[in-house]
Amino acid sequence: MGDKAQGRKILVVAELRGETIHPVTFELLGKSREIVEHTGGEVYSVVFGSSIDKAKASELIHYGADRVFLFKDPVFSVLNPMLYAYNLVKLCREEKPDIILMGATCFGRSLGPRVAAALKTGLTADCIDLRIDENGELIQVRPAFVGNILAHIKTKTKPVMSTVRYRVMKAREKDESRSGLIIEKTAEKLFQDRIRLVGEAVPKRLNITDAEIIVAGGRGLGSAEGFKLLGELASLLGGVVGSSRPPVDDGWIRKEHQVGYSGSIVKPRLYIACGISGSPQHLFGMKDAETIVAINSDPSAPIFRVADYGIVGDLYQVIPLMIKEIKARRSSVG
Amino acid sequence: MEGLKTSLKTSVLLKQLLNIIVLVKQVPDIERVKFDVETGRIDRSSAPAEINPFDLNAIEAAVQIKEKMGGFITALSMGPMQAVSSLRDAVARGVDDAILLEDRRFAGADTLATSHTLAAAIRKIGSYDIILCGEKTVDGDTGQVGAEVAQLLEIPHIYYVSRIIRVSENSITVVSEAENASYTLESGFPVLLSVTRDVNKPRLPTLKSKMKAMKSEVKIWHAEDLSGFLDLDKAGYAGSPTWVQKVIVQKEKTRQCRIHRQVEDGLQELMRLLEAKGLV
Ligand SMILES: Cc1cc2nc3c(=O)[nH]c(=O)nc-3n(C[C@H](O)[C@H](O)[C@H](O)COP(=O)(O)OP(=O)(O)OC[C@H]3O[C@@H](n4cnc5c(N)ncnc54)[C@H](O)[C@@H]3O)c2cc1C
Ligand SMILES: Nc1ncnc2c1ncn2[C@@H]1O[C@H](COP(=O)(O)O)[C@@H](O)[C@H]1O
Repeated sequence: MGDKAQGRKILVVAELRGETIHPVTFELLGKSREIVEHTGGEVYSVVFGSSIDKAKASELIHYGADRVFLFKDPVFSVLNPMLYAYNLVKLCREEKPDIILMGATCFGRSLGPRVAAALKTGLTADCIDLRIDENGELIQVRPAFVGNILAHIKTKTKPVMSTVRYRVMKAREKDESRSGLIIEKTAEKLFQDRIRLVGEAVPKRLNITDAEIIVAGGRGLGSAEGFKLLGELASLLGGVVGSSRPPVDDGWIRKEHQVGYSGSIVKPRLYIACGISGSPQHLFGMKDAETIVAINSDPSAPIFRVADYGIVGDLYQVIPLMIKEIKARRSSVG
Repeated sequence: MEGLKTSLKTSVLLKQLLNIIVLVKQVPDIERVKFDVETGRIDRSSAPAEINPFDLNAIEAAVQIKEKMGGFITALSMGPMQAVSSLRDAVARGVDDAILLEDRRFAGADTLATSHTLAAAIRKIGSYDIILCGEKTVDGDTGQVGAEVAQLLEIPHIYYVSRIIRVSENSITVVSEAENASYTLESGFPVLLSVTRDVNKPRLPTLKSKMKAMKSEVKIWHAEDLSGFLDLDKAGYAGSPTWVQKVIVQKEKTRQCRIHRQVEDGLQELMRLLEAKGLV
């Protein structure tokens, strides 16, 4: 309780992807504001980049930060976790945040543990909720055992650190009238030669995490050919193609399309699962879709339990009919 | 720092002989395991134990590097005595030596306490060029232990390694995945690599290698064996900053599925859905 009166300092570690701040950062800022409105305190943010300027950094203020620490230096063009961690740890020792939040993305999951180990504190992975309990302590909620259980984790040490899953918390509306402080920091350039980038980064063609419409196929497709059909439906609907694991393992489709426990977690407006049984590992990645449609020839397939609409049938019959029907309607309207 | 120097020295002296450590955890078969809702712990007796599936890729990566460069692979695990069987499995899959860190005082560890214990054992092993670990464990599911170990050893790490492109006697080049791009990265030794399932297809052990492994000796190190390397206050339950306050068993989130066995009917309903979503 005494703690509560002193308020909280929450530090959100911003993630840059190229020139843009990744939206998970804004979601964390939104959650942080909610917490400090309850407990008192301030929201800090820190951003590392080779070309990030003050104008860009001020977006962090518009989304909820009171104070932004800006590390601008060419050394940050390579994601060298040792170098990032060194600078972040140094900042934490100076500013002494109570809570440190990062996205549970490749960036956060690689950097977070180094910082936690250096600060000798606990880190809770992949949280889907953060709450303050009646004692003013942070409860970190995370799924475990392939989503079968939710664990409430507490941390005895300070700062409390968590990585938080993308698209589970709400960003606030951007407010350009919000004011705050941007503090430029000088980077300590250590460990530069430990990790070297060879050649250029190869951008990925698909961003399935943000897709609004996904037409996904599983082992039931029978062959790589099936994805051409799904691709046709997906592009008619302005969506992308997803996959369960077996097609990826068999080389029918690239890993980037995989949804689930060892693939991507998605949250589209519409998820059409074709020839997918609905294993816990697959459901882990898509069960929060707004609407789920299942097309499966086995009426007892578990996917029907989580779907909103289901067709018991052969996808090679149903999908071409769907494509035909959509085309027919469009041409009659157009 | 001492460990760093020794390992640089050894790799220079024994050109092309790399010292590789693989971190391997024994986990319950996640498909079958049950949880105790009261304590929030898993009931390990309810399912057979196996090597964490992601760690099989780390073992295979180590074996492939050894096949190219020559070297010596040590599998290192922290866990109860039963984990000896998983370490024998690792031997059957090609590791040369296996060490189990077993002690009541190591039990109940979260990722930080686990990492302190593993890092202490690695310091005791002394010379290492490459440490390999899996992307995550299916029971802990954090993917944190690798990078924490690297930090405690003050060595670099590369996560989400999907491909090993080249190994030389003093550096390794790999592809590391992020959501939006793949990066080709190079590091000197020592380095810790966390590999994804894409890095290789683990081979199955042969009958002959299984037989040989059955007779292999797994070294058991207790707390005393790590004295001078491990501060016991940092190990096990006592050394774990995080604790599970409560566990809630998720009810399966089912939806009222409108199932159509008549394809025509189903199609009509789907078209209405697409219309409602503004898609047609
Ligand atoms: C849902 C959930 C989420 C969690 N999230 C995080 C998180 O984000 N961050 C974090 O730091 N922690 C977290 N924890 C705690 C952390 O994951 C634990 O490290 C993990 O649960 C380990 O538990 P276990 O099931 O492997 O261990 P247990 O079931 O407690 O037992 C297995 C472990 O105990 C040890 N052990 C048992 N007997 C012995 C023995 N005789 N000798 C030596 N060792 C022994 C072994 O080390 C073995 O790894 C979480 C825990 C849960 C349940
Ligand atoms: N108890 C352990 N013993 C040995 N290696 C471990 C242990 N726990 C985790 N690891 C390694 O660290 C990786 C990530 O584990 P985790 O952070 O638990 O998801 C695993 O894939 C293993 O390679």
